[in-house]
Amino acid sequence: MTTKKMAIIATKGTLDMAYPPFILASTAAALGYDVQIFFTFYGLQLLRKDLSDVMISPLANPAMPMPVPMPVMVQMLPGMESMATMMMKQKLKKHGVASLEELRDLCLEADVKFIACQMTVDLFEFDKSEFIENVEYGGAAMFFGFAGETDICLFV
Amino acid sequence: MNFDKELNARGLSCPLPIVKTKKALADMTTGQVLKVISTDVGSVKDMQAFADQTGNTLVSTAEENGEFIFFMKKK
Repeated sequence: MTTKKMAIIATKGTLDMAYPPFILASTAAALGYDVQIFFTFYGLQLLRKDLSDVMISPLANPAMPMPVPMPVMVQMLPGMESMATMMMKQKLKKHGVASLEELRDLCLEADVKFIACQMTVDLFEFDKSEFIENVEYGGAAMFFGFAGETDICLFV
Repeated sequence: MNFDKELNARGLSCPLPIVKTKKALADMTTGQVLKVISTDVGSVKDMQAFADQTGNTLVSTAEENGEFIFFMKKK
């Protein structure tokens, strides 16, 4: 049996959108898939050693369930993002959902390969020393070398 | 049922029961049985899917007092 492969392109850097790539990648790896995640644009934030700046905002996010309905004018107030993030993290913890750090570690442990888009690293002038060490830097063509052979390829 | 190792996955949500099952099986030998206890209702279908896709055998699934108990035989 040949090993199945999955590739994910992670483009978002908010707390809610950080979960799908790591959940899918760790699950696929557990099922025996060979997995790579290509982090580009805001997805690069998910490679930082410190993930505490990964937040969720109720602004422009009308589908986000809120404990009380909140007018957009209120969502704009300073501190709302931190509050929403704190509440979301509490909710995740209460439901036994792993933290981002834990899921990311599980991915690395399972040999999921992380590729950072070199172009966006340069574009946003990211400091590579702020990223975790298990990251390879490359471009779209390099990613396609793997993605072209996959059974599942997702854009998140 | 006899088992060689037990995994307590109580309180954990997707994908942790599956990921931890995979990890627990990694240091077991062929034919050994892993008992997994989960409280995540989603794990019922996920454990079967895990077995189907990895070739390990899900010997049984049971529900007791709101907990799900799986016996997984390593390939």
